[in-house]
Amino acid sequence: MTGVETALGALVVALVGAILRLGLPGGVAARLFTSATLALNALLALVSGLYGLAGQGGAMTLPLGLPGLPFQLRLDPLGGFMLLTLGLVTLAVAFYTYGYDAPHGEASSDDMSHHATPGRARQEGFFLPLFVAGMEGVLLANDVYMFMLFWELMSVASYFLVTSHHHGREQQSAGFLYLLMAHAAGLLILASFAVLYSAGGSFGFDILRLTHLSPVQATAAFLLALAGFGMKAGVVPLHVWLPVAHPAAPAHASALMSGVMIKIALFGFLRLVWDLMGSQYFAPWWGALVLGLGSMTAVTGVMLAVQQQDLKRLLAFSSVENIGIILIGLGLGMIFTSQGYPALGALGLAAALFHMLNHALFKGLLFMAAGAVVRTVGSGNMERMGGLIHNMPFTAGFFLVGSLAISGLPPLNGFVSEWLTFQAALSTPEMDGVLLSSMVPVSGAMLALAGALAAATFVKVFGIVFLGLPRSEAAAAAGTAHPAILLGLALPAALCLLLGMWPNLTLTLLGQVTLSLQSGGSLPEQVGFVLVPWRDAHTSYAGPVVLSMLVGVALAAWVVLHLRRRPVVRGAVWSCGHPHLTPSMQYSAASFSQPLRLIFSDYYRLKEQIHTAHSGHISLVNRIRHTVRVDDPVWALLYRRVELVVHWLALRVERTLDRGIHYQLGYMFVTLLILMGLFG
Amino acid sequence: MSAYLLGLGQLLLLALLAPLATGWVRRVKARLQNRVGPPLLRPYQDLIKLLWVKETLFSDRASWLFRTAPYVIFAATLLAAGGVPVVLAQASVPGFGDAILLVGFLALARFFTALAAMDAATAFGGMGASREMILSALAEPAVLMCLFVLSVQADSSHLETLVGHTLTHPVLPQPSLAFALVALVMVALAECGRLPVDNPATHLELTMLHEAMVLEYSGRHLGLLEWGGQIKLVLFATLIIDLFFPWGLAHSLAADVALPALGYWLGKMLVLLTGLAILETILAKLRIFQVPEYLSVAFLLALLGMLTHQIMGGV
Repeated sequence: MTGVETALGALVVALVGAILRLGLPGGVAARLFTSATLALNALLALVSGLYGLAGQGGAMTLPLGLPGLPFQLRLDPLGGFMLLTLGLVTLAVAFYTYGYDAPHGEASSDDMSHHATPGRARQEGFFLPLFVAGMEGVLLANDVYMFMLFWELMSVASYFLVTSHHHGREQQSAGFLYLLMAHAAGLLILASFAVLYSAGGSFGFDILRLTHLSPVQATAAFLLALAGFGMKAGVVPLHVWLPVAHPAAPAHASALMSGVMIKIALFGFLRLVWDLMGSQYFAPWWGALVLGLGSMTAVTGVMLAVQQQDLKRLLAFSSVENIGIILIGLGLGMIFTSQGYPALGALGLAAALFHMLNHALFKGLLFMAAGAVVRTVGSGNMERMGGLIHNMPFTAGFFLVGSLAISGLPPLNGFVSEWLTFQAALSTPEMDGVLLSSMVPVSGAMLALAGALAAATFVKVFGIVFLGLPRSEAAAAAGTAHPAILLGLALPAALCLLLGMWPNLTLTLLGQVTLSLQSGGSLPEQVGFVLVPWRDAHTSYAGPVVLSMLVGVALAAWVVLHLRRRPVVRGAVWSCGHPHLTPSMQYSAASFSQPLRLIFSDYYRLKEQIHTAHSGHISLVNRIRHTVRVDDPVWALLYRRVELVVHWLALRVERTLDRGIHYQLGYMFVTLLILMGLFG
Repeated sequence: MSAYLLGLGQLLLLALLAPLATGWVRRVKARLQNRVGPPLLRPYQDLIKLLWVKETLFSDRASWLFRTAPYVIFAATLLAAGGVPVVLAQASVPGFGDAILLVGFLALARFFTALAAMDAATAFGGMGASREMILSALAEPAVLMCLFVLSVQADSSHLETLVGHTLTHPVLPQPSLAFALVALVMVALAECGRLPVDNPATHLELTMLHEAMVLEYSGRHLGLLEWGGQIKLVLFATLIIDLFFPWGLAHSLAADVALPALGYWLGKMLVLLTGLAILETILAKLRIFQVPEYLSVAFLLALLGMLTHQIMGGV
């Protein structure tokens, strides 16, 4: 079986599994069936991904689809790499789902603890494999029709997953915003394909690859693709659906959406711009635009992430930040390629792709662990958590691995992909124009800022959620997570460590991808376990050495210091004379991010209020209420203004048409004349 | 094999002389303040007391992270120092030496310090963690920009290559390097928790950044953290020496090259540390919310250095 047949098999397994699930009643068997479907699908996707990376993907045509527009499938190294990513995350989710949907505790009115009623379980069991199937179809598509069909399947299936959990008004508007922006993105993508079609005359990718485009057409296609795929990926300023949709969805859906779906959006961008158009059309300002958007996205995402109190909303903003980091890599790749340095361009592209894989792994891990925590505590509000490291030790351990990875700390995988991106930025060769040569280091500095703030964010998350004292009774009474959940967390955690220690493996695979996407885009051969960013680079990274030395020195210090047995005394911490240390004495989520809030209060449009309630005299305070409101500035700067313009236009049109039916008929007649004149 | 031993020796030298550096700074500060000051070897006595003699005391609510963190922090700081050429023109640990890896190790140490602080469930811990993480995040762009100015000229981020580049190129004063030097000194003061950013001598919560985070530690844990902080100071001083004044680094362990190299290093350290002591005496501590402005100035200076380099065509 060739790669594309295996991948098709995975797709079919998902579709069949989804449909069969509808017929099963709830219970253990149904959960097991869903997990088995996802696991089998994931394994087939992994195998086909490896085939694709080895160059043995192949192509095929299915007699389905419209007459004259059959489905064309093709598996190339890029698709193989994304299938590998998809397979790894889906495998983890497959294990996780079994434990996440298991009944636990008493059913309460609080929806957040994810008590899966049979109806909801059936809905999730149906749409989850459909969602995965949609993503796989997009990866395999070799013509516009199949691409858009499976793209829509992906969007619609995820919409039903987002709204599956709650049925309140807020969640329905979250689903609506998600669907609206997904479809707006789809329209822009379709428009971009239309530009290519107008130049090539066919919907098949094989023909579009060979089409010659005029500069205007190339620019139009590029901008439409950037807007459409960027909206779906969560690029600022089109990211506003992400922090709204991810918290509403159940954890396994969020893990797949944040871990894989937004990468599929960037895959689409790569497919259209690098593959279908080709790197010969790259203008320097394209790369500069992508680089600028990436820097802005990274910094905006993390600045908003650090202020959040809801755990899943914070993780969603962190995803926005990481998309920015990936875009920085892509922008650097485009700039260097357009200036005639394909090897450095390949490095930027490889760094971006590596970060896609890494982010899928650690964000999937973090969302799943967050889901386990929220399920146990019954609320997503971090101010209700605390001290969970004692009751949920394994979840805490895996979350720590995910936090270290996402903060870009050695020796894990996040550090490697950020290191590669820095190496690409530091390589600054001779380029036209001071502006371009200055943009690259400045974006590197913005990347450093985003990475350091991400570390601050995850110190906050881990510290507030797992360390300290429990801030609510639910947190104090939390129990350890289901073993299937822990298994689902262990897989990405182990991979984070593995990819951090042996990045050569990944870089060799990425070399295949970059070679297939641009001419001259080869990466240097990696020898042993030392990572070399480009030939003649005087620097390298040795993952195993870092890990072994860290562990070695720490152990040596431990052994030496324990040679002399001294008593270890445990006692109560000094609480300034108060009889006990209460949970309210420790830092809260809002207080942790207060310094940044004050420094950037204008940016955040900070609204802070303190109300004190007295009983009698002003000094007899019996209650203090502190309200802090942090807004995403994009809403006020962009969306409200767009809304005002649209509203104004609508009023004008309404007033014109209100005058009577003869005016409406007159406008219709004139429009018809114009259209006939243009196209007659 | 001999390369490993050389490297190990260099690293041990740095680690063992770190307390002396702190002792020297305290002594000079005391003399400038018209006091006699503690003996030069007092930090060694303190370390031995903490690491070997004192008992360890910690909260009954502390988790395994609190007990493990000091070892990770010490290991990360020591390995960061393992990438810096001290006496020989090579990194102590073969394979290390990349400047971004150095920053990564220090970030790892900071991450665990902040987490351990939050584990104590006290307000001081949270305050220290919050301020330290956010202010150090604002220092990162400045660090990277300084690195850019140097790496762009040497075409690598590896410290050995940067040192080699400065050694082999004409010793002409370059405006971009001057900007980068001032920016790096400003950032180093912030990173090491020195005035004007943080006062290492006080234990008042309102002026604490680093001290707030280690407040709950005692005994051998505190000993490790103190030593790590001293190593960090020497690390940054050696980094400044390597990047801007590297002359005299030895290429082999021949006595006629290595001993003068050791002497050069000690001499330059003496000058830098005395300069630090003078700075700490004449500067007052900044208000906590003036520190971001201080760090932005450092960033802008480094940016100016980079732009100067680009516009003046590689100077």
